[in-house]
Amino acid sequence: MATFTLPKNSTITTGQTYKAEPGAKNVKSFKIYRWDPDSGANPRTDTYEIDLDKCGPMVLDALIKIKNEVDTTLTFRRSCREGICGSCAMNIDGLNTLACLKPIEDVTGDVKISPLPHMPVVKDLVPDLSQLYAQLRSVEPWLKSDTPPPPDGERLQSKEERAQLDGLWECILCFCCSTACPSYWWNGDRYLGPAVLLQAYRWIADSRDEATGERLDNLEDPFRLYRCHTIMNCARTCPKGLNPAAAIGKIKQMMVERQG
Amino acid sequence: MATNTTLRSPLGRVRGLGSAKGGTHHWWMQRVTSMALLPLMLWFTLSAALLAGEGYGSAIAWIGQPVNAVLLLATIGIAFHHTAAGLQVVVEDYVNSEWAKLGAILTIRAICWLLALAAALAVLRIAI
Repeated sequence: MATFTLPKNSTITTGQTYKAEPGAKNVKSFKIYRWDPDSGANPRTDTYEIDLDKCGPMVLDALIKIKNEVDTTLTFRRSCREGICGSCAMNIDGLNTLACLKPIEDVTGDVKISPLPHMPVVKDLVPDLSQLYAQLRSVEPWLKSDTPPPPDGERLQSKEERAQLDGLWECILCFCCSTACPSYWWNGDRYLGPAVLLQAYRWIADSRDEATGERLDNLEDPFRLYRCHTIMNCARTCPKGLNPAAAIGKIKQMMVERQG
Repeated sequence: MATNTTLRSPLGRVRGLGSAKGGTHHWWMQRVTSMALLPLMLWFTLSAALLAGEGYGSAIAWIGQPVNAVLLLATIGIAFHHTAAGLQVVVEDYVNSEWAKLGAILTIRAICWLLALAAALAVLRIAI
């Protein structure tokens, strides 16, 4: 059966509290999931009190401040700090999003931060995304064409054909959506999940690609595609405002269309 | 199946047994039957409400009318098809063991078939 409760060694305990400096006036508490694979201990929630007057506006600013000034052992991924690399995807205040795009002031009360849900944790806020990367690889996200490109230029698209890719190419593969999807939680080993299906559709919808049928064949499966039950968590959580469920709907529509 | 002990590469595990090249018919029929059930269930509920308090004889007479009998048979067939398809999806979602999954799906199919046949027989015995 699907597992609905945490195993004993994964239940979260209360950790340390790091008090704000004396005299701090604008204090906000950050409750952060911590787990160290080397300690053998259960995960815990550490509380960091941060003076917002001495901190940048985004949740990522607070995380970097904590790592630099309070607790260097806090582990998380980050790179571009402007919502284009997808590294700092995590669950903030109950919703998967990018720490760099989430203003601290949008969170009422304590800021609760945990890794992307239902993924194996490498350490603290770093999830193991190997399965998702393998699933992306499995849909062969690159242009496939038997017709050679024109010798004197690039493969052309009309403006309308290019417009078909809008809402798809913007995906930065942060996997906020896949890890917010209950269907992916229960059947992630076989269901490809919203992020990878949106990527699959990005190539299905590309007018220059000649492998549409092959791509649909690869997806036509009760688990790979049809575990999507239009729960719509993917669209709700996407930090880029995309709608993976709509892309999945279009794939399903094409599956019916090619039947006859 | 992903297990903690496998040394198989993530891509090998993801590709697994390959695509089933199916599932579209199941998914599409679930949608078609749900659309068909909208008017049928509306008709059935209204008719049943109108028959309330009319007594056994009127109910038998109503079922015996050819149009009602045909629509009842259609409702029975489509409703049980839809029930079986929907429950199968629930089982596939939550039951991970292959044998338990297969057993549960076959049991659901068998129960839905038998209930549909029994309901259809009841209508036919009155109508014919």
